[in-house]
Amino acid sequence: MNAVSIVLAAPVVAAAVLAAVPGYRISARLNMAACLISLLAALSLFARRPEVGNYLMIDDLNVVFIVLNTFVGFTASVFSASYIAHELDSGRLTVGYLRFYHAMYQLMMFGMNLALVANNIGLMWVAVELATLTTVVMVGIYRTHEAIEAAWKYFILGSVGIALALFGTILVYLAARPVLGAGSDAMVWTVLITRAHDFDPSLLNVAFVFLLLGYGTKVGLAPLHAWLPDAHAEGPTPISAVLSGLLLNVALYALLRFKMLLAANPDAIAPGPLMVTLGLVSLLFAGFMLYRRRDIKRLFAYSSIEHMGIIVFAFGMAGPLGNFAGLLQMTMHSLTKSAIFFSVGHVAQVKGSQRLSDIGGLTTSHPVLGWGLVVGVAAIAGLPPSGVFMSEFLIVSSTFARQPYLATLVALGLLVAFGALLMQLSRIAFGEVRGKVGPVEASYVPMFAHLAIVLIAGIFLPGPLVRWFQHVAVLLG
Amino acid sequence: MHGFGFDLAHMLAGGLVLVSLAMLYQDRLYSLINTLAVHAVVLALSVAWQARIQDAPHLYITAVIALGFKAIVVPMALRRMVFKLGIHREIENVVGVGLTMLGAIGLIALSLVVMLPATMHADPLAREDIALALSVVLIGLLMMVTRRNAVSQVAGFMSLENGIVLAATGAQGMPLVVEISVAFSILIAFIVIGIFLFRIRERFDTVDVQALDRFRGEQR
Repeated sequence: MNAVSIVLAAPVVAAAVLAAVPGYRISARLNMAACLISLLAALSLFARRPEVGNYLMIDDLNVVFIVLNTFVGFTASVFSASYIAHELDSGRLTVGYLRFYHAMYQLMMFGMNLALVANNIGLMWVAVELATLTTVVMVGIYRTHEAIEAAWKYFILGSVGIALALFGTILVYLAARPVLGAGSDAMVWTVLITRAHDFDPSLLNVAFVFLLLGYGTKVGLAPLHAWLPDAHAEGPTPISAVLSGLLLNVALYALLRFKMLLAANPDAIAPGPLMVTLGLVSLLFAGFMLYRRRDIKRLFAYSSIEHMGIIVFAFGMAGPLGNFAGLLQMTMHSLTKSAIFFSVGHVAQVKGSQRLSDIGGLTTSHPVLGWGLVVGVAAIAGLPPSGVFMSEFLIVSSTFARQPYLATLVALGLLVAFGALLMQLSRIAFGEVRGKVGPVEASYVPMFAHLAIVLIAGIFLPGPLVRWFQHVAVLLG
Repeated sequence: MHGFGFDLAHMLAGGLVLVSLAMLYQDRLYSLINTLAVHAVVLALSVAWQARIQDAPHLYITAVIALGFKAIVVPMALRRMVFKLGIHREIENVVGVGLTMLGAIGLIALSLVVMLPATMHADPLAREDIALALSVVLIGLLMMVTRRNAVSQVAGFMSLENGIVLAATGAQGMPLVVEISVAFSILIAFIVIGIFLFRIRERFDTVDVQALDRFRGEQR
C-alpha cells in the first residue's frame, strides 16, 4: 500500500467509522487521528513518490497542495474538536448531527485529496463534485432559515459551475481524441500535457472558457462569487476555515492544470488576459465590499474573494515570477485565513453573535484570542513581516516591471482592502468592550501554529522550499 | 457516415433542444414536470441510439439511468412534492414568455456560432451533437435564472445536465461517461431530497428589502 492510497483511504475508512460511532468526544478524536494519518502519509510523499498511474499521480505541483491540504485539514480538525463541544452545549447541534458532521468532514477531505491526486480530468471533476456536495450539506447543518438558504444558493451556483466545468472537460476530450485516439488515454492528464501542442486550438479555447467559468465559480471569482459569503457565514466555522483555506485552492488547482494544457499549445489563446481580468475584477470588487460588512464571517469571506482575485491575477500574469508569487500567495492565504477563522469561531461563540456591532475591544476582554486575531488580520492585510506581504510585494513589483497600469490597479485594490480590514479590525479588537465577555475555552494551538508559519515565511523562506516553488513556477509556464 | 444513423442521432439531439424550448413556456408546475420527463425520455433514446451506432454497450447503462431515474423516479418525486407543499399554481416568470423564447433562440444561435467553427476538425457526428448539447445547456441556464421557484430551478438544472450527458455521449469513446452520469444522478437526488427536507417553498418570493437583508444575514 503506497502513500497515495493511504491519503485517500484514511478519510474513507474514517468516514465509515465515524458514521457509526455515537459519542462525540471519541469521534472528534478519531477525526483528528484520521487527519493526522493523512498528513503523515502526505508528508512521506516528499521522500518517495509512487509511480504515475492512469488515475492517480503525484507530481511536483500537486505534492505541495496535498501537504497543505492535509495539514490545514488536520489543524482544522483540532480546532473543530474544541469548537463543536461549545456548539453542543449551546444546543445549536445535536449529537446525531455531530456524527453526521464528522463523517462528512472526512468525506470532504477525501474529495479534496482525490481532486488533487487525480490524473484523469474526469475523475478530478467527480472529486470536485463530491467535495462540493459534502460542503453543501455542512453549510446547511444548523438548519436555520439562513443556513438553508445559504446551502441552497451554494448548491445551485456550485452545481451550475461544476456542470459548466464538465462541459469544458468534454471539450478537452474532444480536442484530444483526434490526436490520442478514443479511450481513456485522452483524459489522462500526464498524456494530455505531452501532446497538447497537437490539439485543435480553437476547441481548446472554447473548453478553457467553460472551465474558467465553471471552476472559477468554485474559486469564487467576482461575477460568480455570490454563494461564497453566504456559505462562509452560515456554516460551522471549521467548515468556513476549510472552505476558504482549502476548497477554493482545490478549484484553483484544477484551473491551473487546464491552464498548463493551454500554455502547452502554441496556437491556443493565451489564458493570461482572461485570468488577469477576472482576478482584477474580484480584487477591486471585494476590496470595496469589505467596507460595508456587518457580519464578521462575511467580512473574511469577502477577503477570501479578494485574495483569490490576487492569486488568479498572479497566475494570469504568469512568467516564473508571477507563478512563484501566486503559489506563495495561495499557501500563505490558506494558512492565514484558516487561522483567522479559527479565532473568529471562538469569538463568535463567546459573543453569541457574528455581528460586528456586537463585537468590540477583544484585546481587552480576551487578550490571547484578540491579539491572535490582530496578528492574523494584519498578516492577511499584507503588513510586513508576514508571508502575505512578501507574495503581494512580488506580485505588484513583477507586474510593475511589465504592465505598470495593471500594477497600479492591483496596488489600488490592495490598498482599498487594506484600509477596510484595518478599519474593521480597530472596531473589533480595540476600543471599548462590546458584547458578552464570558470565558473562552479555545484551543489556541492551531491558530498560532498557522500564524507562526506565516510570520516565519515572511522573514525567512528555507532555500529548498524556494527552489521547489521556483521549479513549479517554471512548470506552470 | 452520413447515413440513417447520423440523421436519427441529429433528430434526437434536435428533439432535445425542442423539448428544452417547450419547457421554457410551461407555466404550471405539473406540466413543467411532465415536459421534464419527456426531456429525459428523448435523452434516453438519443443515448441509446448513440450506444448503438458507436457500438458502445456501456452507454446503454446511461440510457437506462436516464429513463428510469430521470424520466420516472425524479418526476414522480417532484410531483409528490409539489402536491404536498401545495404549490401547484402558476410559476412566476421573471421575464415574459416571449422574451425568454427570443433569448433562447439567441442562445441556440450563439452556441452554433461558437461551436461549429471551433469543432471544424472534429468528426461531424460529434460536432453538431456538441453544438446542440450546448444549446440545451444554455437554455437550462436561462430557465434557472428566469424562474424563482425551487422546483422549476431544479427542472432547469436537470435539463442543463441532460445537455451535458448528451455532449458526453456524443464525444465518441469518452471514458467515465457512465460514472459521470451516476455522479450526476447522485447530485440530482441530493437536490430533490434537499428540497423535500428543507421545504424550500419559494425562493425570493418577496421583493421586501427587509426580507432580503435578513436572508443575507446583514441586518443591523
